[in-house]
Amino acid sequence: MSSSTFSSSINAIKPCFCTTKNHSLNPSSIPTSSFFGSTHKLRYNPLTANSPSFFKKNRQTHIVAVSDVKQKQQQLKSTPSLGNLLITKEEGLEVYEDMILGRSFEDMCAQMYYRGKMFGFVHLYNGQEAVSSGFIKLLKKQDTVVSTYRDHVHALSKGVPARQVMSELFGKTTGCVRGQGGSMHMFSKEHNLIGGFAFIGEGIPIATGTAFTSKYNREVLKQADCDHVTVAFFGDGTCNNGQFFECLNMAALWKLPIVFVVENNLWAIGMSHLRATSDPEIWKKGPAFGMPGVHVDGMDVLKVREVAKEAVERARRGDGPTLVECETYRFRGHSLADPDELRDPSEKAHYAARDPITALKKYLIENKLASEAELKAIEKKIDELVEEAVEFADASPHPARNQLLQNVFADPKGFGIGPDGKYRCEDPKFTEGTAHV
Amino acid sequence: MLGIVRQRVSSVPTLQRMLYASKSFSSAAKEMTVRDALNSALDEEMSADPKVFLMGEEVGDYQGAYKITKGLLEKYGPQRVLDTPITEAGFAGIGVGAAYYGLRPVVEFMTFNFSMQAIDHIINSAAKSNYMSAGQISVPIVFRGPNGAAAGVGAQHSQCYAAWYGSCPGLKVLTPYSSEDARGLLKAAIRDPDPVVFLENELLYGESFPVSAEALNSDFCLPIGKAKIEREGKDLTITAYSKMVGHALKAAEVLAKEGISAEVINLLSIRPLDRAAINASVRKTNRLVTVEEAFSQNGVGAEICASVVEESFEYLDAPVERIAGADVPMPYAANLERMAVPQVDDIVRAAKRTCFRSV
Repeated sequence: MSSSTFSSSINAIKPCFCTTKNHSLNPSSIPTSSFFGSTHKLRYNPLTANSPSFFKKNRQTHIVAVSDVKQKQQQLKSTPSLGNLLITKEEGLEVYEDMILGRSFEDMCAQMYYRGKMFGFVHLYNGQEAVSSGFIKLLKKQDTVVSTYRDHVHALSKGVPARQVMSELFGKTTGCVRGQGGSMHMFSKEHNLIGGFAFIGEGIPIATGTAFTSKYNREVLKQADCDHVTVAFFGDGTCNNGQFFECLNMAALWKLPIVFVVENNLWAIGMSHLRATSDPEIWKKGPAFGMPGVHVDGMDVLKVREVAKEAVERARRGDGPTLVECETYRFRGHSLADPDELRDPSEKAHYAARDPITALKKYLIENKLASEAELKAIEKKIDELVEEAVEFADASPHPARNQLLQNVFADPKGFGIGPDGKYRCEDPKFTEGTAHV
Repeated sequence: MLGIVRQRVSSVPTLQRMLYASKSFSSAAKEMTVRDALNSALDEEMSADPKVFLMGEEVGDYQGAYKITKGLLEKYGPQRVLDTPITEAGFAGIGVGAAYYGLRPVVEFMTFNFSMQAIDHIINSAAKSNYMSAGQISVPIVFRGPNGAAAGVGAQHSQCYAAWYGSCPGLKVLTPYSSEDARGLLKAAIRDPDPVVFLENELLYGESFPVSAEALNSDFCLPIGKAKIEREGKDLTITAYSKMVGHALKAAEVLAKEGISAEVINLLSIRPLDRAAINASVRKTNRLVTVEEAFSQNGVGAEICASVVEESFEYLDAPVERIAGADVPMPYAANLERMAVPQVDDIVRAAKRTCFRSV
């Protein structure tokens, strides 16, 4: 293993669990509340697994905490007047607007679902906006985002217009995939948003593949300016799936430009992460495969952004993959069909108090980066945008009958020629007789 | 096979049958949802045999993603009702390994679409083992879960796998329709020494069907490999499985009003397929319409058609009609989804075509 190549990118050897409450490099003072499970007998104690001596063994530990720069700024955080702010005004407002868009959009989805405008499985992202905005707002348009079924906000952050996403959810022909995919299958070639995949773990090999293509383009096809990065989002439950480990191995082996982002919201439908995983610290699985593993507080968009910057830059430079575990939480149930009875209300309250939007708002106002009025104006603008998206979706037409047979093959003649001598897929009457196509 | 096995010939309430019913059973017909039928079958089998255990995602604490395993965790404890991590290949393999050594796992896939992640174990480790080991190893495992299209769940959640699993020797593939079917077949599957793929349907879970008193008996099993004639008729035969049986019965009602008497066969068992019953029916009616929700190419309808052509060719008065789902991945938009799945009208139209009536 080429451990020497990683030495330049290691900033800290000891692990660090970042919380908003206190910050310390000493593991013994880590508050145990960072992994808050509702099954009491499985309450995780980080102290047992992570004594510092454990890491000073033979192999280099590629465990990166939040960067040194960030750590210094944490200490300065309590005195904002000292400067050294984490974000400029424009960036702050951009991120704030993105998170508000994600939140309002998802809230509107819930309303529309209960009114019967959208159907099937709808998985909402409330509470996790910091991860999406923190990462995706740093990407270029040509960078790829690969997501799971909880993909509305990833689509919005990547730049897919809200009206297209809303139309898609309503099953209308103006949707981003013309109503063929629905909530779980959002694709946009223009914005390089690859899915929407319904299967757990399915997006990870796909993401590894897009990263592979980027490297292939640069090195084999000699497109020198191709430094596109892929960011793969997936959850804690996925980290027990075989595909995850296979791809960590290959991405590190071939030094692919990818960032694996785990949105650890502690729950897979009704199964707590602690009940499903032998070692719940997912970031540790990165170093096992030879890539840095980082744990970051996913409820704080500024911390996520800081880690994201490093990870994305690392990938862009050609230094290989990073595994980032974002400790986050979903405020709503797994999907709109989930009654969400198993999660402890005190756990929900704990995370609700760390709402990323409120936290950023507080930061912007306290550091005089924006005024209440400006933020209110943004919220109003987003509200109007989302309402307009709903109106647009409502007014859009349902797909035409002949759309049923389109795009099964990239070759439009895939269905052959009908008895009248014309290509079947071009004949709108082909779908006469419903299933008898 | 343990338990009482009854040949279910007809559920049409003829006067004779009603008299017979009133002699044997005093209470009114009880109704049961398919969900309760499955739950009660699992409950009874688990209490009868301590080797039976459940494994799957969200089967325990969450009471089952579709509430089929409700209450079983409280009753039998976490060592017999196991919540697994999200790793189908892993836990299906663990189930097969346990079955090699005599335990009787019931592995739940949240939908059979996810079984594709475990299909290597279902086919290679489970189905082929008895053969490869020359009879030394038998695999008494049941893989169960919802199969086929639900409502608005998109392409990756809507495929029907009956034909895929039905083409594999060594597997038994069952597709219940009513609550009695569900109860009887699941019990038979759990008691069976071979690997069984048990394809349920999400949209049927909430539907209520009348159950006879004998079906409530804890030893009630249906024979594997026998189809059921849901409705007798003389003009044409309609074969269907799972949700399509309901559609076929409705179509038969519509046809009856137009003077066409349709015989509806509920296949129940895709592998082994009850070729004898299907052929006997076609020899009686001389016309056949096969109905399935899955894709038509290489499907169950194709197999039935081949069987009938091979064995009852001279008896056919008209070409066999095959109704299947549209040959596209399931679209999400509601109007397109309706077009991609067979509706009652399609069956009626096909039936009329076979009878050379104008559509």
